[in-house]
Amino acid sequence: MAKTPLQFRHNGRDVALFVDGGTNLLVVLRELLGDVTPKFGCGQGGCGACTVLIDGEAHLSCLTLADTVEGRAVETLDGIKTGPSLHPLQRAFAEGFAAQCGYCTPGMLMAAKALLDRNPQPSREQVVEAISGNICRCTGYEPIINAVLAAAGSPRASA
Amino acid sequence: MPVTVKTFQALSEAASALSSDRTARYLGGGTLVMRDLNEGDVSIATVVRATDRALNSIDAAGARVRIGAGVTFARVLAERDLAFLHPAARSIGGPAVRNMGTVGGNLFAPAPFGDFTVALLALDGMVSLQGGFGLRDLPLEEFLQSRDRQAGALVVAVSCARPASADAFRYRKIARIKPKGGSVITLAAHLPQSGGRVTGARIALGSMAPTAIRAKAAERALEGRPLDASAISAAAAAAGEGTAPADNSLASAWYRREVAGVHLRRLLSGQES
Repeated sequence: MAKTPLQFRHNGRDVALFVDGGTNLLVVLRELLGDVTPKFGCGQGGCGACTVLIDGEAHLSCLTLADTVEGRAVETLDGIKTGPSLHPLQRAFAEGFAAQCGYCTPGMLMAAKALLDRNPQPSREQVVEAISGNICRCTGYEPIINAVLAAAGSPRASA
Repeated sequence: MPVTVKTFQALSEAASALSSDRTARYLGGGTLVMRDLNEGDVSIATVVRATDRALNSIDAAGARVRIGAGVTFARVLAERDLAFLHPAARSIGGPAVRNMGTVGGNLFAPAPFGDFTVALLALDGMVSLQGGFGLRDLPLEEFLQSRDRQAGALVVAVSCARPASADAFRYRKIARIKPKGGSVITLAAHLPQSGGRVTGARIALGSMAPTAIRAKAAERALEGRPLDASAISAAAAAAGEGTAPADNSLASAWYRREVAGVHLRRLLSGQES
């Protein structure tokens, strides 16, 4: 089966590669580009561990046909820190014990970033809604919700 | 297994590619087809896409609203003129699923999914299909009954009635997991009233059969009567008639049958779930 060319913007950098037909974006990111920050959880859209931003909106990369991101901007957790400085959301998660095993964390952070980019001062209900597609099986949701709210209070949360 | 991805601009070409190949599946938002591919569904050898902008159009000006099949739930939620459909759109997935999942794709979602379709069915939904011979419109109810045989047809748009008043349309999805979970039962009711009596009631149920279905016995129980306690009791008693729910991890078929009337009573009388 012929491979097809694909070009898109990955964390601010233009990338061009060849993909097999039917490949999902998560495989492209992890196996072809070596960006292992989005995780494979369920492959069904039930867990949110693979959440990335496409043109600024949260999408599930495991359910995104790679061809559909042609010419678009894909942002993963790997791209949200600035140099050695963590993103305020990352810092808030670390300080608020919002990550335990860490598997859901990249998806949680990207879902939270999608919220804060549009709504820098969300209510608690809006945070709950924003991460409602992301499953956590060990930390518990309270510290995660509190961390997102804490990050929202910090000046760079919407950067 | 790699598949062949075919992308067309024209809907007619996409429809031809779909109808001429039994192994072809149309990819809308990806939440159904990519899931099947991820699970290794070898019956899919070709994925067909269409980029025609008509798929993303919304015409909400008239008494009937028309929504392109490629419109996502996030876009429905951003459209003020579609406010009556917001509860149904909001009840689906988390934000990422709503950014991806489409109105057209929802017609194909197997139980316990397909909640938006339940709302459309109660609102006299119609489906616009692009086949080899052009466009044709089909009542949603008829489309759902033959859904398994519609694989070769391309859904271009759906349309539905705009409720006469905000109170005339009610929607509720019963889920165990808060705030978001799969449906135990999904209910939608359109209850136009004339002279204090219900005329042309349409009640639709989700997760009570392989596809969304109408609760016709319950509709008949309300017809021509004021929406009072006795009419609501009669409708609730008839809610389970004609249903064929399945057992799954969210609820057993027995449980769904038992609670269908309870939730219909609460919906019709405006009580909290």
